[in-house]
Amino acid sequence: MATTTTTMKSSKQTTLPVGSIILWIILLIGVAAAIVRYSQGLGSTNLADSRPWGLWIAFDVMAGVALAAGGFTLAAVVYIFRMKRFYPLIRPTLLTAYIGYLLAAGSILFDLGRPDRFYHPFFYWNHHSVMFEIAWSVILYLSILTIENSQLVLEKYQLKGMLRIVRKITIPVVIVGIIISTAHQSSLGGLFVLMPSQTHPLWYTPILPVLFYISAIAVGLAMVIVESTLSSSAFNHHVETRLLSEIGSWLPMMLGLYLLVNLGNLAFSGKLGLIFEGSLASFMYLAEIIIGVVLPLILLSMASIRNDRTLLFRSALLVVFGVILNRFNVLVWGQNGAFYAPNWVEFAVTAGLISLGILLYIFAVKNLPVFTDHAPEPEPLPEEAALPAAG
Amino acid sequence: MAVNRRDFLKLAGAGVGSLVLAAGHNQPASAEFSPDEARRHPAMLYDTTLCVGCRACQNACRNWNETTQELNADGLYDMPEDLSGDTWTIIKLYEDETAEDPDAIGNFSFIKRNCMHCLDPACVSACTVGAMQKSPEGPVIYDANRCFGCRYCMVACPYDVPRYQWGSTTPLVQKCTFCSGYVQPEGVVDGKNRLAQGMGPACVEACPTGALSWGPREEILEKAHTRVKAAPGKYYEDRVYGEHEAGGTLQLVLSHVPFAKLGLPTLGPQPLPSLTDPLNWAVPGIILGVGGLMSAIYVTRSHAEHKGEED
Ligand code: SF4
Ligand code: SF4
Repeated sequence: MATTTTTMKSSKQTTLPVGSIILWIILLIGVAAAIVRYSQGLGSTNLADSRPWGLWIAFDVMAGVALAAGGFTLAAVVYIFRMKRFYPLIRPTLLTAYIGYLLAAGSILFDLGRPDRFYHPFFYWNHHSVMFEIAWSVILYLSILTIENSQLVLEKYQLKGMLRIVRKITIPVVIVGIIISTAHQSSLGGLFVLMPSQTHPLWYTPILPVLFYISAIAVGLAMVIVESTLSSSAFNHHVETRLLSEIGSWLPMMLGLYLLVNLGNLAFSGKLGLIFEGSLASFMYLAEIIIGVVLPLILLSMASIRNDRTLLFRSALLVVFGVILNRFNVLVWGQNGAFYAPNWVEFAVTAGLISLGILLYIFAVKNLPVFTDHAPEPEPLPEEAALPAAG
Repeated sequence: MAVNRRDFLKLAGAGVGSLVLAAGHNQPASAEFSPDEARRHPAMLYDTTLCVGCRACQNACRNWNETTQELNADGLYDMPEDLSGDTWTIIKLYEDETAEDPDAIGNFSFIKRNCMHCLDPACVSACTVGAMQKSPEGPVIYDANRCFGCRYCMVACPYDVPRYQWGSTTPLVQKCTFCSGYVQPEGVVDGKNRLAQGMGPACVEACPTGALSWGPREEILEKAHTRVKAAPGKYYEDRVYGEHEAGGTLQLVLSHVPFAKLGLPTLGPQPLPSLTDPLNWAVPGIILGVGGLMSAIYVTRSHAEHKGEED
């Protein structure tokens, strides 16, 4: 376990206590807001009959799940497409995805009117409901992520028997994870397919699930860049620029595909004119497309930008911003209903959950073998030894 | 709902492909009831030309369902402004303030709002846990013991009907049930089911002018069309709102002003659940398509890999 010790040493030296203190303070404010929410009910938020869904669903759930798409995407790259050079990135990415999904699930416990009944979808089935499918998918995918991340703990405590089993089933587990992710990333868009009269025509389309899926893959990849860049400086952990800029080179393809499908669909349904009608919606749409899609598409098409860590990081941030804005557009501003802005309870809970996520990540990195490339010799892919027959 | 073989084969195509296919694959109604049954389901007609805005219906609803009054500032007057967790039906007033004579008959109208009791309801299709239900008798009812408060029904309803008890720590979704009873936390409240007792809804009984009528949908529709025919030009577009809207509703409206001005949305004839049902049928397609594709790529790539190592 030379790996672990090296990682632990280097990370302990470099994590700033000031940062942690701020995170703890934000978390405590979040706890205060949580107490208000649970003692007073949802009336303590700015949610209302005219706006039943707000920040928690738009950001914590919708955007959160999309941002965590790096997990299944990179797992496909490494384990299915066999691009083993990305192996150093897979553990931190799967860990982020895990924490991301845990937080999304956690935020649902704030948003549900009856959090004490969170388990109802297991007992009461409605197979017509897109939300029912999402509820099941999220739980199943959380289980998949638990298996995928269990290696960290099993390795640390040298539970060899269990480890062997987990490694043996890696490929099937990864494939099931990709299937479930495909289903629910797209279904999150499917929720709004039911609402043609309430959703603004710039965002309403029967192919919204396809757009959600493509944008989830794009933002998942962008998040790998963002999060690797941040953690490599925070934990003094070296990530090769070559790897990140290669991921950056895939982004223009995904963004281009998204642009093509999105604009093509608008053109096909004769709605292109709406983009320039000068309304708030058209402005939001343009902001989302230009800042979040076109700009990073152009920037990341240039090798000089991709090979510059800072510029690569900033371009990836644009994609992240674009997808978050898109989810807000579809869910809040693109919906009929009164004006809505979240109040302090909603903001504080969201900020608290994000702080909790970062603290969990720091804790995991300090205590578990997350950054494996500290190993003197690069590890073989986990299933290599276990599945010699597969080739 | 059974997925027939053709659909299945179509959907089993491939991952994203099947998704695109399914999205554009709009099948007709997934109605739980045959049109034949729906014809006999009880329906209510509201006629703006007969309504005098006395709000007797609104209060009758309050009394029968024992909802809480929404008093105004001095506490003297029950004056809800919109549907809410406590107000399941409401009389609203539309007035064209810009008109030369706002009191002229064509420039103002009352409108009674309540659940439309869709034939194929979006809320029922949306509900994660099946708490919103289409009862065998026709009205759309709510099982308070199932609901876990995701509020997808509220977002999904095209008529903006279901309302939430925002002030409660154990909130319920609330809406008109056509006085057909509903499952409350204490269990089934049979005493509140007027239909089972052979009565019509409380609001219909209370209406002094005949603006509300009640009966099998087929007969009520006929009645509405007879009124329209008897006075050409009296009613807006000579049309009965709810006959075809989103697959049809049990609440029907006759109006002398445009429906949109009364807050009734313009909807096509397609039942909304038929838009999302294909998405759930696509799941087997995704499993086979994505699963197959990923396995194939894995096998090919790892094969190439081992070959490369041997060379
Ligand atoms: S009007 Fe709304 S709440 Fe009533 S049945 Fe239709 S979709 Fe459901
Ligand atoms: S809020 Fe309740 S009734 Fe409405 S969709 Fe969610 S679980 Fe169903």
